[in-house]
Amino acid sequence: MKRLKSAAELEELQARILSRRDPNRTCVVTSVGTCGLARGAEDVAQAISKTLSDLGLKDSIDVKTTGCQGFCEIEPVVVIYPERILYQQVTPADIPEVISESVIKNEVIERLLYSDPSTGQKIIHEQDIPFYTKQNRLLLDNNRLIDPHKIDDYLALGGYSTLAKALFEMVPEQVLEEVKKANLRGRGGGGFPTARKWESCRNAPSSDGVRYVICNADEGDPGAYMDRSLLEGNPHSVIEGMVIGAYAIGSHYGYVYVRHEYPLALKNLIIALEQAREYGLLGENILGSGFDFDIKISRGGGAFICGESTALMASLEGKIGEPRPKHIHTVVSGLNGKPTNLNNVETWANVPLIINKGADWYSQIGTEESKGTKIFSLVGKINNTGLVEVPMGITLREIIYDIGGGIPDGKKFKAVQTGGPSGGCIPESLLDLPVDFERLVQAGSMMGSGGMIVADEDTCMVDVAKYFVKFLTEESCGKCVPCREGLDRMLDILTDITEGQGKEGDIELLEELGGVIKETSLCALGSTAPNPVLSTIRYFRDEYEAHIKEKRCPAGVCKALITFTIDEEKCPGCQRCIKVCPQMAISGEKKKPHIIDQEKCIKCGLCRDICKFEAIIVS
Amino acid sequence: MNHNYEKVATIVTKYGGNRDSLVSILQDIQAEYHYLPEDALRLVAQQLDLQLIQVYGVATFFKAFSLKPRGEHIVTVCLGTACHVRRAPAVLDEIERQLGIEPGETTEDMQFTLETVNCLGACALGPIVVVDGKYYGQMSPGKVKAILNRYRKAPKARKHEEIEVSR
Amino acid sequence: MVELTIDGIKTRVLEGTTVLEAAGEMGIVIPTLCYHPGLSAYGACRICIVEVVNGNSSSLEASCTLPVAEGQVILTNSAKVIKARKVIIELLIASCPNSKTLQDMAAEMGVNKIRFKIKDKDCILCGLCVRYCKEQMQSGGIGFIGRGTSRRVATAFGVTPEECRNCGGCEWICPVRERACMTDDLVNGLCGRCQNLVPVETCPVCTRCSESVGAHGHKVY
Repeated sequence: MKRLKSAAELEELQARILSRRDPNRTCVVTSVGTCGLARGAEDVAQAISKTLSDLGLKDSIDVKTTGCQGFCEIEPVVVIYPERILYQQVTPADIPEVISESVIKNEVIERLLYSDPSTGQKIIHEQDIPFYTKQNRLLLDNNRLIDPHKIDDYLALGGYSTLAKALFEMVPEQVLEEVKKANLRGRGGGGFPTARKWESCRNAPSSDGVRYVICNADEGDPGAYMDRSLLEGNPHSVIEGMVIGAYAIGSHYGYVYVRHEYPLALKNLIIALEQAREYGLLGENILGSGFDFDIKISRGGGAFICGESTALMASLEGKIGEPRPKHIHTVVSGLNGKPTNLNNVETWANVPLIINKGADWYSQIGTEESKGTKIFSLVGKINNTGLVEVPMGITLREIIYDIGGGIPDGKKFKAVQTGGPSGGCIPESLLDLPVDFERLVQAGSMMGSGGMIVADEDTCMVDVAKYFVKFLTEESCGKCVPCREGLDRMLDILTDITEGQGKEGDIELLEELGGVIKETSLCALGSTAPNPVLSTIRYFRDEYEAHIKEKRCPAGVCKALITFTIDEEKCPGCQRCIKVCPQMAISGEKKKPHIIDQEKCIKCGLCRDICKFEAIIVS
Repeated sequence: MNHNYEKVATIVTKYGGNRDSLVSILQDIQAEYHYLPEDALRLVAQQLDLQLIQVYGVATFFKAFSLKPRGEHIVTVCLGTACHVRRAPAVLDEIERQLGIEPGETTEDMQFTLETVNCLGACALGPIVVVDGKYYGQMSPGKVKAILNRYRKAPKARKHEEIEVSR
Repeated sequence: MVELTIDGIKTRVLEGTTVLEAAGEMGIVIPTLCYHPGLSAYGACRICIVEVVNGNSSSLEASCTLPVAEGQVILTNSAKVIKARKVIIELLIASCPNSKTLQDMAAEMGVNKIRFKIKDKDCILCGLCVRYCKEQMQSGGIGFIGRGTSRRVATAFGVTPEECRNCGGCEWICPVRERACMTDDLVNGLCGRCQNLVPVETCPVCTRCSESVGAHGHKVY
């Protein structure tokens, strides 16, 4: 790959790449992000390659692998271009038929088509799928066109032209002004105005002129994987954003801190950085502009707290991830005591968009205070699990029902948890809440990094609160007393409640202790930790009271408070549950009602799952 | 078992002998030796000119590191929120029962080490169990035995340089 | 110079002073545990919290790490502060009940019940011993290991570190276990006898508890 030495050379290269590509050529695309791979997408991709090879079609039909598209529920996905016929949950065994019928003969294979859960209608083309059409996929759409191991794919879409524009047509202050006008706010959870952070970093004194730019890819909120998808599927969008930002700030050294649990994102990022360097889009004298900037990668070690900016920087310095108070801001004194600007992956990915299309265009999307789109990961008890990119200001109802397809199995919606362990739950009464930074905080939650976990009538909110507190006790760095000891004691109380040992006054004690932890913790992990507990008490106090006063779990989840029994009248004696019980706690002859031995029963629920006669009762 | 730990010097040099790179250095050492041996840590402290307790503190802070030799096969159960709501704890319970160990422990025959992780980011496929880098999605207690059996009979696992993602 | 108001009294101090130090200069004593004037401030125990008033709202901050700022309004003993401090001391005693220092603090604050499970760690993880070893003795033989509730002060691999010069400073500087609470029976996790001038039979000397003997010392490994 030849090193590009000017904006003109970049343009020429892009033109050359495009000229070699025929948009009307048939291309079979498989998405091989982490989710797809976990469901066997690699085997599917290999089957496609092999089948085409065997048929001698490798020269006339293209094959491509891309990153995650975000519609995880239907993986592995194969899309045939240019028509964009989409096949879902494809197996290697389907491939010969896909190639012979759909690729060669242009026919559609009905059984592999996606069908809309609400209408039952089969949909042929990817672009017609309601899950996608109702979103505004400014950041994610390109994932379907890019093989993350091929920088040329990104260039073919005009990639890095925005960088050239910034370097050659704008001065750093102009770039900063544009981002300021667009009112981009951090997507990692804080929602802090990005341009203001950049400006403070730019203006902070540095004795040797060194300033750092960091990309926080330590996406630790359980249930949130937007950053993983961006890094796996379109790493160059993040890299380009970082270079533009570094130019605006006056930084020559960048870091991406990738969490340990994202090996594929790490791999794709490494490849992308190497390729960007080869083309001279990163490193010394970028595109011949005289601007130097390079990026190093650092891996996390399995610590949620390292998503907190001061803990992340400590880890980058080879120390344990202990946060420090933010009286002295990191933009003034951060990594190695130098002015440091840290932004989230999604924030960086928004930058090329803003500089390319302009702040005026960008600020038309979203609400007054929250501009642009946000990617949410919609998981839990929801029909369409996946990544959802929507404009700020859309309501929760639209996200959960219109895009998410509602709750599976006809169950009733109960709440949606936003903001991960730092956030809170939003009940049904607030479903028409427009999603933006301020509104979610007012409701007792926060946007956080974008995780949205949907709970239904079978989810116990006390159990959810306990889960989050347990998570945080394991992730707390342990430095300050309120977080380390306070959260541990909150967990004790919550555990007692879920085991039927709750006492009168426990709710008030949780509220009091939670309040002190919020007000006195050293860092944001501690100060937001009580939120899931406090918000579930706020909206679902009745569930707590049932656990404490009646020793009852209304949702039927807390093991100590439920028993599994078999309804003799409904049980036809099929023995399915007997075979599936891991404790061999069920006994009974064929065609005679079965019985569960309460001493052995561990309440795992497998019998309930497999029983087709609804004969297993949880009380 | 390599008692010379010569690779340690190579790894430290790869990172320019830079103290800042301590976490990355430890990760490479763990990838090489399958865990963090005491002597390797002592060498690192020496070569980076750090107090041993500083290296030890970092090694014990991050969950990714193990200071005890680990088994041939690493079984990791995801306990993220989405997986939790889909009953991942029941899957973990079953694995604990099958292997007779708790998270963080290794079976006596050094065949299996059980670990947990707080979200792998593949939430649509939960509950997820990763064995030797291979992701197994939509797990239930019923599927555990069969999957573990595959590894009981399997030849030695490949070197764990990085978690691989495949079926 | 920076001008700020502490407990309603205006004061001027050098820039870079912490609120704890500024208050100290005025004779206002804020309780501390993990703070020592000869070592770097750490901000771990949170006992020194003060209320920082900002218009209609306020926040609690640890005064030992809070730098003074022009126009700052600080309250060192407001209702909000006292309420929070009481819970913090409760949490401290719940994890380290056998400490005369902590028991006296609790009695002084009027805490009459520890509502949390007692899990005696014999340490409040204030880090003074670690900082003493590193900053004062320039050794750095002990440090924090682990994380969260399993975090503790230890030596690498549980053996005496090469750097240790047997100075005993780590034991000497410990604010809680250097003087143990000698009573056998804590009630609801509390003692309070020293503060209430109730002689304890196991204390060899009782002179209003200014010189009671606590022979335990602080075990670090």
